[in-house]
Amino acid sequence: MQSLVIVAHGSHLNPDASTPTYDHADTVREAGVFDEVRTAFWKEEPSFREALRTVQAEEVYVVPLFISEGYFTEQVIPRELRLDDWDEEAWDSDGTSATHATLEATDVGKTVHYCGPVGTHDAMSDVIVRRAETVTGDPDVGERSDSPNSRASRTESDGEVGLAVVGHGTERNENSAKAIEYHADRIADRDRFEEVRALFMDEDPEVDDVTDFFESDDIVVVPLFVADGYHTQEDIPEDMGLTDDYRTGWETPAEVDGHDVWYAGAVGTEALMAEVILERAAEAGADVGDAVETVRRRTRVAGTDAGTGAGAGTGD
Amino acid sequence: MTDVNDRQVDALVAAADDGVDCDGLRVRRGEDGYRFETPDGAETGLEESALRSVAAENPWFVSNWYCWREVDRPEVETAFLRWLESADDRSVPDRYEALADGVEASWGELAVEVALGGDGRRTYAVRHEEDADRPVGELEVYADPLSARELVTYDDRGRYRPLKTAPTLQTGWALLDLDGRSLVRAVDVVYPATVTNWHLERQGELDVSHWRETMERQTGIYGVIRTWDRGEGYEHVNWVAEACCDDSQCLKRREWEYDDDTDLDVDGGDGAFPCREPCSLVVAAARQWTKLEGEQPQTYEFELTPSEKEQVEAIIDTVADGEAGEIREADVYEGANRYRARFLRAKRFDEEGRLGGVSTDD
Ligand code: SF4
Repeated sequence: MQSLVIVAHGSHLNPDASTPTYDHADTVREAGVFDEVRTAFWKEEPSFREALRTVQAEEVYVVPLFISEGYFTEQVIPRELRLDDWDEEAWDSDGTSATHATLEATDVGKTVHYCGPVGTHDAMSDVIVRRAETVTGDPDVGERSDSPNSRASRTESDGEVGLAVVGHGTERNENSAKAIEYHADRIADRDRFEEVRALFMDEDPEVDDVTDFFESDDIVVVPLFVADGYHTQEDIPEDMGLTDDYRTGWETPAEVDGHDVWYAGAVGTEALMAEVILERAAEAGADVGDAVETVRRRTRVAGTDAGTGAGAGTGD
Repeated sequence: MTDVNDRQVDALVAAADDGVDCDGLRVRRGEDGYRFETPDGAETGLEESALRSVAAENPWFVSNWYCWREVDRPEVETAFLRWLESADDRSVPDRYEALADGVEASWGELAVEVALGGDGRRTYAVRHEEDADRPVGELEVYADPLSARELVTYDDRGRYRPLKTAPTLQTGWALLDLDGRSLVRAVDVVYPATVTNWHLERQGELDVSHWRETMERQTGIYGVIRTWDRGEGYEHVNWVAEACCDDSQCLKRREWEYDDDTDLDVDGGDGAFPCREPCSLVVAAARQWTKLEGEQPQTYEFELTPSEKEQVEAIIDTVADGEAGEIREADVYEGANRYRARFLRAKRFDEEGRLGGVSTDD
């Protein structure tokens, strides 16, 4: 018997904070490779402290739905799960390379395979690209092909598209910036987008000046956040000049300084995130069969009608 | 009514080799044949065919055993489901008579109804206790226990519920035809981990973390809370418990105290399920109180009429009891009425919003 527990931040104030966690848990549950799929939160219930006792299996895979290694993944979660033998060396990570560590949760006596956060997994680069496809409704966004399928024409450009990956800066967490840069570099290496930049909220290069960093007419902006909330739905849209007041929403794309800015909202809401959760658990030894492939297929952008639910702002 | 079917009897005959012992039914195979015993008496020396006919004459006992015999059910689930129908306190015939009409049990604001399904199995229905007597046709009916997730996010006023055990569960829905597993799952969605902690408590194994150790464990922005405990007593924690953990605010029964040796003076409540440590909401509020309570009291001088003083008290009471929204527009006889509050503000605040024109830091 193997169980999966997805641990996430949650919120006392924002009901949407836990939505992606539940959605991805549902996707993984439907894949049918775990006997139980549970969720646990820092700010909601069940809490990290009480999640493992509700799980039946003796063998539990714990995957943090967090963007980077840092305070939560290295201190809060192991402490609250009572992984008493945990220490930061256990992951042997350079800040983005954690995979997993096997420990005992001492209050319940279960074996916990404690995985690195989803945000630093290589597959996360694919999710960022998928997010760009979803928000533009173009499965080939950025591809400089003459393919008649390319919907780049819709953007009235020559098909050259820039991609901005956005996160907090180092002020909050040094590894947070590392994770952003890591994925930006990996995506740049694929030579798909004309330009790829890592931008930050509280340091240079700042997302406020997004258009300064791109030549391309079309810019897709993907914030590396787990859930939509204050930062992704209020701060960033206003800072980038998509709107003067987040409450009135914004266009997708929105015209800023002569560029078309396609703002994707939190990458964590992208359905493909479920695949990263599975990858994390598989690396830690879970038997996930062909679930990774299944999820990848099921969450694929449907083409023209994709992109709904993205970028319309919170409205209210 | 309950019939014993062949499947149950076959299972009973097979189980008799190892012995059956369930709620007063005892069956085993001895050297001189089978023995079948209920609280009403025992029959011994039975051939298999005779065992089969006695079994058929005691359908409730056999079907009850069959229902609880499932071995892959986690212990906590069995304990909870049996508790719902008072299986440890009521005899089988007594229970079966009751189950025929449906047995009601309560868990927080949930009303759980247990009834008999086919094959001795139970079926469960769950809804808000306020809806217990409403016809199902008036309720939104769900079958998947996970769909309860949508129901617990907002209260009836559409406000987000950050604490799942707050007594603000939405009404107007029902989960019907659940088996035991799905019922426990649904309850766990509505009130996470409460069944597990209730079970641990019944086993004498609930691991309570008191206020002190919980606050000492905090780090990051919550690390500051430990400075609120200055070894000068625990009155501040009484206030926290009164503010947050009272039954009017949270249905868990608070089992945590100040520390191992010091109980709080505030009642923990009557909830069915225990609270084993201060929750994240209490921790977050405690951080704010730690900051606010670092201030020293000052003497301010205001003039208020006696009625105005009482009005201030009424406003605080009304907000604290969450009743501000219920005061009618024209009910100017209530101190917390909007027009009354606006009048007080017009009269007693200066242009900068200062009560009695008195500045805050002098
Ligand atoms: S700490 Fe208080 S408010 Fe929080 S769950 Fe326990 S009893 Fe309820």
